[in-house]
Formats: sequence, C-alpha cells, structure tokens
Amino acid sequence: MQRTYELVYVMRPDATEQQVADLHTQVEAIVSRMSGTIGEQSEAALAFSGRRRLAYEIGHHKEGLYVLEVIHGDGALVHELDRRLKVTEGLLRHLIVRVDESQTKAERARAKRTEESRRRRTARGLPPDRQPGEGPQTDDSDDSGDDFGVEAEV
Amino acid sequence: MAGIGRGRSGSPSGGAGGRGRAGDDKNKDGKQGQRRGLFRRRKVCKFCADKIDDINYKDVKLLSGFVPERGKVLPRRISGTCAKHQRGLRIAIVRARQLALLPYASD
Repeated sequence: MQRTYELVYVMRPDATEQQVADLHTQVEAIVSRMSGTIGEQSEAALAFSGRRRLAYEIGHHKEGLYVLEVIHGDGALVHELDRRLKVTEGLLRHLIVRVDESQTKAERARAKRTEESRRRRTARGLPPDRQPGEGPQTDDSDDSGDDFGVEAEV
Repeated sequence: MAGIGRGRSGSPSGGAGGRGRAGDDKNKDGKQGQRRGLFRRRKVCKFCADKIDDINYKDVKLLSGFVPERGKVLPRRISGTCAKHQRGLRIAIVRARQLALLPYASD
C-alpha cells in the first residue's frame, strides 16, 4: 500500500557537500529499489533543511545539517530505510513519520470549517464567502483586548 | 408549623450554621474581590482559535511557546489548550525532541 512519509535526518555539521549528496543518492537508491518514489522538494522542505543549532549537544556537536525528504512507498520500504539509516555513519539523528493521514485529516477539518461557515453565512442572508474589507482586519485585530481606549473609533 | 419554626431558630446548630454561612459569604466576597483585582482572562485553545489543524513537529517557533524554560510540556491548565490539541501538541513536541529541535531538559 502506497503511503506518504517524511524523512528527516541530521548530519554532522562538518559533512561536506559531497557527503550530503552521497547520502541523498543512497536514500534514493533504497527508495527506488523498494518501488517507491521521492517527492518533489517543496518550499517548506527547503526552508526547513539546512544548518541549525541543536537544542542539545549530540556527540559534542552543537549544530547539525538537517535534510527533509518526502517519500511515497510502503511499510517495508520504511523498515529497510530505517535499518540502513541506523547503521549509517556521520548521521546524528533520523526520523521517519507518516504524513498522509494527518494531512487528509487536516484537509477534512479545513473543508468542514469552510463549509460550515458558508452554510451559516447563507443562513444569515450573506454571500457565502467573505467580502474584502469585511469583518476584523488581519493586521490590527487580534486577541489582545486590553489596548486602552484605542477602540474608541469615531 | 410553629413547632418546626421554633425548633429551627432555637437549635444551637442552626444558629452556628447561620453564622458559618455568613462567614462563608464573607470569604467568598473576599476571594471574588481578589479575582477582580487580578484580571483573569478566559483561556482559549490556541490551536482552535488560530485554526491550526495539523500540529507539525517542524514548527519550532510554534512549539517552543508550549515548552517552558525547563523543557517540559506546558500543562493544559496553564496554556488552556483543549484536550484534542494538547494530544497532538505532545506528539509534535516529542518528535521535535528526537531531532534536537527542542530540548529534553534544560536549565
């Protein structure tokens, strides 16, 4: 069964570009051998990847090179990938998380909410979608209700 | 009718109860006064309010707001997070810890 997973691994901060690329090709090889595919690098993934300060020291390292990959495949692939990553040198940490379920759940929740708001708005005789300039504006409205006397608008 | 009435007013326990009640009322007033002085805002689940459906372990900025200095997970009674989202939050924090995005313990 095809599922979507996220793989994050943390390499040692002194890893060279070559080593990073090597590990990537290794991962790719395992994935393709187990009839899976690697997803496109999204913007969010690129924003997350890179050099970061570790929250705690790992083997005297204070920084790590984070890499995020999205993988489509089945459980056996993840099992094999996990086994291989465990014995890979130069890797501080890795984590594989299934994401398809939580993504569909979040999508469903979002869809339900928009549908509900549209239903309510039509019940009140309003157009189903929010019009520009309607309701609280995003830049000055928030939950802090304790700005003193600022609300006195004429 | 009259007997019952006399019994009530005459019984020492009734009198004591009355006094006790009065005292309780006083205490209550005192507490309320304190509460009024310390303006207490109603706590709202951040994830419900901001409509965050998927609590992601990569969002360190968001998660670190729920991890006090010591590194523990901020309890629900303080943050006001609802049960459903606290559950997701905990999982996200635990995952972030594994990747050294958040500390296990710090001081």
